[in-house]
Amino acid sequence: MSAVSAAPDRTDTRAGTARALLSVNNIEVIYDHVILVLKGVSLKVPEGGIVALLGANGAGKSTTLKAISGLLRTERGDVTKGAIEFRGEPIHRRNPNEVVRHGIVQVMEGRHVFEHLTVEENLLTGAYTQGGARTKPDLEMVYGYFPRLKDRRGFRAGYVSGGEQQMLAIGRALMAHPRLMLLDEPSMGLAPMLVQEIFEIVARLNREENVAVLLAEQNATMALRFAQHGYVMENGRIVLDGDATTIADNEDIKEFYLGLTGVGQRKSYRDVKHYKRRKRWLS
Amino acid sequence: MEFFFDLTVNGLLVGLMYALVAVGFVLIYKATSVINFAQGDLVMFAAYGAAVMLGLGWMPLWAVIPVLATGMVALGFVLERGILRPLIGQPVISVIMVTIGLAFVLQGLAAILWKAGTRELPLPVRVEPYVVGGVFISPINVVAAVTAILSLVAFGLFFTRSRFGIAMRAVADDQQASMTVGINVRRVFALSWAIAGIAAAAGGLIWGNMLGVDTFLALVGLKVFPVVILGGLDSILGAIVGGLIVGLVESIAAGYLDPYVGGGTKDFVPYVLMILVLFVRPHGFFGREIIERV
Ligand SMILES: Nc1ncnc2c1ncn2[C@@H]1O[C@H](COP(=O)(O)OP(=O)(O)O)[C@@H](O)[C@H]1O
Ligand SMILES: [Mg+2]
Repeated sequence: MSAVSAAPDRTDTRAGTARALLSVNNIEVIYDHVILVLKGVSLKVPEGGIVALLGANGAGKSTTLKAISGLLRTERGDVTKGAIEFRGEPIHRRNPNEVVRHGIVQVMEGRHVFEHLTVEENLLTGAYTQGGARTKPDLEMVYGYFPRLKDRRGFRAGYVSGGEQQMLAIGRALMAHPRLMLLDEPSMGLAPMLVQEIFEIVARLNREENVAVLLAEQNATMALRFAQHGYVMENGRIVLDGDATTIADNEDIKEFYLGLTGVGQRKSYRDVKHYKRRKRWLS
Repeated sequence: MEFFFDLTVNGLLVGLMYALVAVGFVLIYKATSVINFAQGDLVMFAAYGAAVMLGLGWMPLWAVIPVLATGMVALGFVLERGILRPLIGQPVISVIMVTIGLAFVLQGLAAILWKAGTRELPLPVRVEPYVVGGVFISPINVVAAVTAILSLVAFGLFFTRSRFGIAMRAVADDQQASMTVGINVRRVFALSWAIAGIAAAAGGLIWGNMLGVDTFLALVGLKVFPVVILGGLDSILGAIVGGLIVGLVESIAAGYLDPYVGGGTKDFVPYVLMILVLFVRPHGFFGREIIERV
């Protein structure tokens, strides 16, 4: 229990001891000028790390990722407080296309492949910011990680399987040579075997291409197996964070968060509240 | 029978020109979801530009063409930037009203700038028809068809081979996802207007020559609607096929019916066809299918 720190406003977490690639400092996000969705979220992603962002449906995981990628503004959302820094530079006022040029690529929830484009054309759109110089070797690099995509290269993306679409979305992001990939629910709707396969490839990308990953997932068990560090969100706040192994081993967390079913129902909401109260009292 | 072949061949040749103008329309619709009622007015504007430049006699035709294309690209950018961009996120009906307004502004502007009265747009194309196997083919129709085919092939290559072309199709598919790969969506919007400007330049040159240049030339824009309804608002291939069908049908209908009804068949038959098609295929023959995968 002691290794798990729960403090929404603390920024000197254990992930912070390595040089932070991304740091989100106490941000508040409001949709449509009135709907307060993130109420002071802080997190860090170290250079080359994999960090899991866990929490039930509606907790605010996607909103956090969109705040980082700049996509938020296309949904009438706004970062009204706090700051987001990438390699020490503030990025929360940037447009999505500028954020990509900085080295952050988001893989959206629900994959969002370009359905009427072929698999290979989808990958080519990923190279849009690269100016075309290294397109061929980059394509081969992606096909190396996802051989299935090579078999499907001439197919329209709307007609390949869900798993292949997820691979395509990740491969497309890879074409932009990101330093940080924001992965939103890659396991959604996929069979466990396939999820395992995709996560293993993401871990390889992380090692071999030195891509840091911020992974938003409801599937906490699987996410914590690949992440070094985890944050748990609830109702627009980070309610606790810690080493992935510590979180995974923690009895309370196991029960309250890892006991989530696929659709994100808790065993007992009251116990979670109780946990939060205790934590707040401690800090 | 030879009469029928005449009508068929010349109808198809003209149809390719319809296709070219319709492609400009489809491009804008595909990328930006704007229904551009001013496409015919862009054609008219380009025709004026060409007629005025040639009329001054400062430049030969081969120099006028690139200047015209550049000017139309610039006009496309200006319209997108000045008029359409501020409307992003506004209701569809507002945007439609604005493009209708734009059509009248362009007509008024042309009348002010270049005075009323029909101008000639002379092209070095012979007037006497070719006779091929007994079929009379009008040379300007051949020039039109070749221009249209070359333009359409160039557009096709652009959309499948070039980085910007693929980006434009990506934006048409999913704007948010396009942003996540770093595409500047606004730049793509502007680009689609610029390309529509080029299509209008090609159309303006040819039609200006065939019909003479005055503000009535904007009426060719009315042919765009039957064409794109037939082919599907968002399909480039559809625009080509739709253009061919409209060209063919109106040519044949006019050839056989005009003597009985005293003319004008060309103008309404495409619309009758359009209404019939709407009954059967509301999305046209090539309109984007929604991919539903289970
Ligand atoms: N575009 C939006 N406008 C208004 N509210 C939104 C919008 N997107 C998300 N929300 C709300 O923000 C909260 C967090 O959503 P989200 O970030 O998608 O959570 P998660 O990804 O953890 O499931 C939810 O209550 C959701 O209803
Ligand atoms: Mg989500």
